[in-house]
Amino acid sequence: MVKRLMFEKPLGMRDTLPFFYKQKSKARRNLSETILSYGYSFMDTPIMEYHDTVGQVSATLDQQLFKLLDQQGHTLVLRPDLTAPIARVAASQLKNSEFPLRLAYDGPVFRAQQAEGGKPAQFEQVGTELIGDHSSYGDAEVIALLVESLKQTGLDDFVITVGHIGYVKAFFNDLLGDDQETIDELLNYLYRKNYVGYKEAVKSLDAPADKKQSLLQLLTLKGGEEIFEYSRSLARNQSCMQAVNELKQLHRLLEQYGVQQYIQFDLNLISHMDYYTGVLFEGYAPHLGAMLCNGGRYDTLLPSFQLNASATGFAIHLERLVEALNDQEDEDERMAVIVDDETHSLGIEEAKKYRQEGYAVLLQHVDQIPDIQAFQQELSQTVDLTKKGGKSE
Amino acid sequence: MSKPLTIAMPKGRIYKEAAALMEKAGYELGADLDDSRKLILEFPDQNIRVMMAKPMDVVTYVEYGAADIGIAGKDVLLEQDRDVYEVLDLKISPCYVAVAGLPDQPLSRIAPKIATKYPKVASDYFREQGEQIEIIPLNGSIELAPLIGLADRIVDIVSTGRTLKENGLVEYEKIADITSRLIVNPVSYRLKSTEIEQMVTNLSEVMEGIRT
Repeated sequence: MVKRLMFEKPLGMRDTLPFFYKQKSKARRNLSETILSYGYSFMDTPIMEYHDTVGQVSATLDQQLFKLLDQQGHTLVLRPDLTAPIARVAASQLKNSEFPLRLAYDGPVFRAQQAEGGKPAQFEQVGTELIGDHSSYGDAEVIALLVESLKQTGLDDFVITVGHIGYVKAFFNDLLGDDQETIDELLNYLYRKNYVGYKEAVKSLDAPADKKQSLLQLLTLKGGEEIFEYSRSLARNQSCMQAVNELKQLHRLLEQYGVQQYIQFDLNLISHMDYYTGVLFEGYAPHLGAMLCNGGRYDTLLPSFQLNASATGFAIHLERLVEALNDQEDEDERMAVIVDDETHSLGIEEAKKYRQEGYAVLLQHVDQIPDIQAFQQELSQTVDLTKKGGKSE
Repeated sequence: MSKPLTIAMPKGRIYKEAAALMEKAGYELGADLDDSRKLILEFPDQNIRVMMAKPMDVVTYVEYGAADIGIAGKDVLLEQDRDVYEVLDLKISPCYVAVAGLPDQPLSRIAPKIATKYPKVASDYFREQGEQIEIIPLNGSIELAPLIGLADRIVDIVSTGRTLKENGLVEYEKIADITSRLIVNPVSYRLKSTEIEQMVTNLSEVMEGIRT
């Protein structure tokens, strides 16, 4: 085995240095202020959960879970998201509360990385869950809150792409009947965004030309509200109609919230193979190679904890948000009071005075500063109480 | 004017074909640019920026968003399994990945050695066959491996089959057909959807022979 250098970290783990910590706190504060103002209550759950409870039902692939054993030999996981743990709490300790529940969270989640040092194995998610409201009003509230929260951090250039998994599934059922194998194959191509594979698979199907044409047209169902009318001509079963009506209703509600300019619809959007059950969405912003936030309606998670309720929510990848904000400002707003042996007690008084005025003040003995000029440059202002420096600012 | 659309183009063999296709689709990128040593070329009148990358690296540039769009071989996509949208089959530089080896040589019963530039494609394929194998990663002249007894089989790209033939090797099984694909970064796909849709439409019209 290769001997590790003392400063090495496990694959995908990162330190948060002071300037990044500051930017993260600021973004986190802006997000949580907005979330709180919508009446959501923050909560937290343990970092570790059982593999056969939360680990099993979470949306994260099994090979991406960090697993460990406890003293009794049970398999534990580091939580890969907070949606499943919160569902566990909602279905147990909070089950007698007044529904709908409006819960929010902010904390680290873990996804094991197999390759490359490039992707983080631990990152912070800020998110919300609206539990026990199965209406379009709930979907709209969550999406509007997501938009408002992102705007509050100063981000303005972003897009939320909204789809409906119920539509895709009903669409396939309408055109392919109960040929589940083909349906799964096509769903998988859409999930992997392999449109070439999807088209090839459709072309090789043993089906009438008009059905194939409709299947290919599914790929064009994205854009604004105009796609709703068009989608009706492709598949006509009741579930499809219902899904389209839900999306139309959602669009109308988002207009009422005044956030429609951030929304795009994409009826072939599939964020996960079998987790979401209704409206789902993904958010994108420039300067990022990957998704900024996502969410949607999940109706099978709570029943797996024996609570029959529908829920919807979003999660924002906080580090990516900070990256997207691209906030270059890194000014050190601290000030310093520099003292020597004689002026130390005076310095304490001075520092206290400035702290009461709201400054972050550090008190530093002059003998311990290797380079006084560089030291002064770092800080917004310094008060030198030493004999040599005299009092200066 | 909006920010230029950045396209990662593969240097070398595929470039000329890809540039010709782009030209037919209405994007003048100059087919002789491959000879130039410049790595980034600006086409301000078309609001396009082209970066010249190694074919194996195109997918990486696109995954991380350094380029919005790229042209990459399906072999690279299969091997690297990266998070990009595969939107169009450009049907250029067709070839296929195959298993080859010396004629009349049955696979060794205990963990046969497979030499390849595509470790993932090869191990996925043999795993699906239920075979246990040992992968020997090489970077070029893969055909050498069975000749000098380094490996039992090779997994490599075959276009005409000439290299195999000239070295006395035969093809055993075909794994997958390969052509070049138009790939898109997930964020660009949403944020620059108008320009990208336009390009995809233009290129598909060329593919279907509507545009010449």
